[in-house]
Amino acid sequence: MPIRTEPVTINLGPQHPSTHGVFRMRITFDGEIILDVEPIFGYLHRGSEKLAEERTYTQVITLTDRLDYVSSMSNNLAYVLAVEKLAGINPPERAMYMRVMVAELQRIVSHLVATGFFLNDLGALATPLMYCFREREKILEMFEMLCGARITLSYMRVGGIFQDTPPEFWPVLSDFLDYMPGYIDEYERLITGNEILLSRTKGTGILSAETAINSSISGPVLRASGVNWDLRKADPYDVYDRMEFDVPLGTVGDNYDRYLMRIAEMRQSLRIIEQCADQIEDGPIKANVPALVRPPIGDAYGHVEAPKGELGFYMVSDGSIAPYRFKIRSPSLLNLSALRDMLVGCKLADMIVTFGSIDINMGEVDR
Amino acid sequence: MEPIYVPFREANSFYRNLYDLFAEWSFWGVSPIPDWLAYFLAGFLIVFAVVNTVVIVTTIGTWVERRLIGRFQSRLGPNRWGPWGLLTPVADAVKLLSKEDTRPEGVDRWVFNLAPLVFIVSPLLVFAVIPFGKNTYIANLNIGILFIIAVTTVPTIAMFMAGWASGNRYSLFGAMRGVAQLVSYEVPMVLSIVGVLLLAGSLSLVDIVEAQRIPFILLQPLGFFIFLLAISAEMNRSPFDIVEADSELVAGFHTEYSGMKWGTFQLAEFIAPFGAASIITTLFLKGWDGPLLPSHLWFFLKVCFVWFVLLWIRATLPRLRVDQIMGLAWKFLFPLGILNLFITAAEVLVWETPTTVQLWAMVGINWVIAIVCLVAVSHLMSDKLSTRAPLAPFPVRVRRDLREVR
Repeated sequence: MPIRTEPVTINLGPQHPSTHGVFRMRITFDGEIILDVEPIFGYLHRGSEKLAEERTYTQVITLTDRLDYVSSMSNNLAYVLAVEKLAGINPPERAMYMRVMVAELQRIVSHLVATGFFLNDLGALATPLMYCFREREKILEMFEMLCGARITLSYMRVGGIFQDTPPEFWPVLSDFLDYMPGYIDEYERLITGNEILLSRTKGTGILSAETAINSSISGPVLRASGVNWDLRKADPYDVYDRMEFDVPLGTVGDNYDRYLMRIAEMRQSLRIIEQCADQIEDGPIKANVPALVRPPIGDAYGHVEAPKGELGFYMVSDGSIAPYRFKIRSPSLLNLSALRDMLVGCKLADMIVTFGSIDINMGEVDR
Repeated sequence: MEPIYVPFREANSFYRNLYDLFAEWSFWGVSPIPDWLAYFLAGFLIVFAVVNTVVIVTTIGTWVERRLIGRFQSRLGPNRWGPWGLLTPVADAVKLLSKEDTRPEGVDRWVFNLAPLVFIVSPLLVFAVIPFGKNTYIANLNIGILFIIAVTTVPTIAMFMAGWASGNRYSLFGAMRGVAQLVSYEVPMVLSIVGVLLLAGSLSLVDIVEAQRIPFILLQPLGFFIFLLAISAEMNRSPFDIVEADSELVAGFHTEYSGMKWGTFQLAEFIAPFGAASIITTLFLKGWDGPLLPSHLWFFLKVCFVWFVLLWIRATLPRLRVDQIMGLAWKFLFPLGILNLFITAAEVLVWETPTTVQLWAMVGINWVIAIVCLVAVSHLMSDKLSTRAPLAPFPVRVRRDLREVR
């Protein structure tokens, strides 16, 4: 007589160590093999879009900080770009360089966090995480110099940035540019060639380029699948068109590619920061923008290549001091749309790793 | 009453002295303590001393472990309570003891409560047969190593009890993984021990230590390697910690436990590496034997060293997947174990009582074989485990016209 078996359903989350926040998945298992995944979100819904419609254009900046709270700079940047497009404001040169520079620093922060937690999900007892956080701390200290905050920065303003750089910022930055490549090499030496990492990540959680495009996935996850799409090249904003950098691409689209992708992007970010620091000149840091911005009636969509993918803000203005309609296109949410395709058929342990390699942030998924 | 106790009494000088003290204590010519009570008292005191030493060493060990892992992770580690944080284990214990002991609804009460006790008994029982120093051990069992093999499997039963009784699916997953892992790793572990037994010619741990003219790690490199991996897997230490993989199963089989029941599980898990280090020291590192220093100190130093290596592995490596762990046991460790057994058996057959030169020849042969085997294994897996070429950066066609869309 064959043994009667039945699938087991597990509610993974909202309280679970590796769902990176309050994400919940209802997973059906056959033993350890995943039969079905149903993602459920909304546990961190704060109504950011509706809240933004009640605030002036400058006040909304603080709301964008809290979307993806490990990359506030990129959120700020995407938002102010959208408002500038809507109101027809051109920020001064120095502000644009500063924006690009801090956005790239923020990308390094976000990729460090992503890599650290990805390796933590692999079971490396928080050791790589702590190493990554060591460098993150350095960048956060620089942010503190620039604007006094570490996480929720609100550094950017419509038409420029909040304040000019303090003189002590530049030596710290140049020190950082000196030692950071060495630290990235250290991560690579420590773990990239590790047999366990290789056997766990190679060939698991494969996302084909076709599926990735059809699921409107963006950012490092898309590029790891081999699709050459980076908004910094495809639709350059601020001063990215003057920067020289490469877009690394993956070949297979598995977890290993996504891990390598982030390491490679950190190196490219360093290149961009170096060029910014070379090219930046003295000048005004903010365009002449009134305290209450009143864009003309119309709509605009501003988007940036945020660390996690394409972050866009769509706004409709009715000529008043607050946006009439506000919509966030968040990369974290859309990157989850191929989750089921990536996970069905793999094992529980691979599921956690794949989920970690997508690198979502619940603040952005639920908004 | 003499016959039953004789082997035990003769085994250990400390034990016999204590027994004699109680048995021969006379009070105006009358001996108030009967023989059986003297036997019990002596045994109880010895066991009490050993268990408490182990638990206290483990408690200090948790502090050392957390400080060291802090260093491994480039942070400070606990340093608030007492000098250098030395009182942290005390604070932990007070906190755990004063914590509410919740029991979720629908658990199997008896099994649920019994599991932590069963779990902690086995790592303590290991110390019953370990010689801590010259002539210092609780029992010189003539089947000592069999006893250890038997005892180290008991936690799996507790694991399954906890996992099943909790009524939690994470716990059940952890328990199932634990059983599968134990069944797989018991085989290579025993095979690697057999090599040592052939060389020593005895199952008693005391005899095994005395039979080591040179440490058996030199004669059994392959066996040592297999045993280290297998015992790590038995203890559920990284990289084999799938049973309580915190990023996957929350806490595995003890997800539902709280307060001191959880503390008991944790204590047992902290004792286990000391037990494993003691077994490794006894089997492969010549036990308590060493020059100059007293034998007990030698034993302690060796145990600490092995424990540190286990800790180092834990702080460094990511976790393997469940099927990879089984594959490693059956596809690699099992054949290597059999190979090691055959080679050792052949060597023992050829050189029954080896001279020093023959002994070192044996060392050379075994090391060459071990290195060849490990290199061959890594080559077998190399196509799977090669790093990928660095990602090729592509020049990107810049589409400026998107700017004009809006």
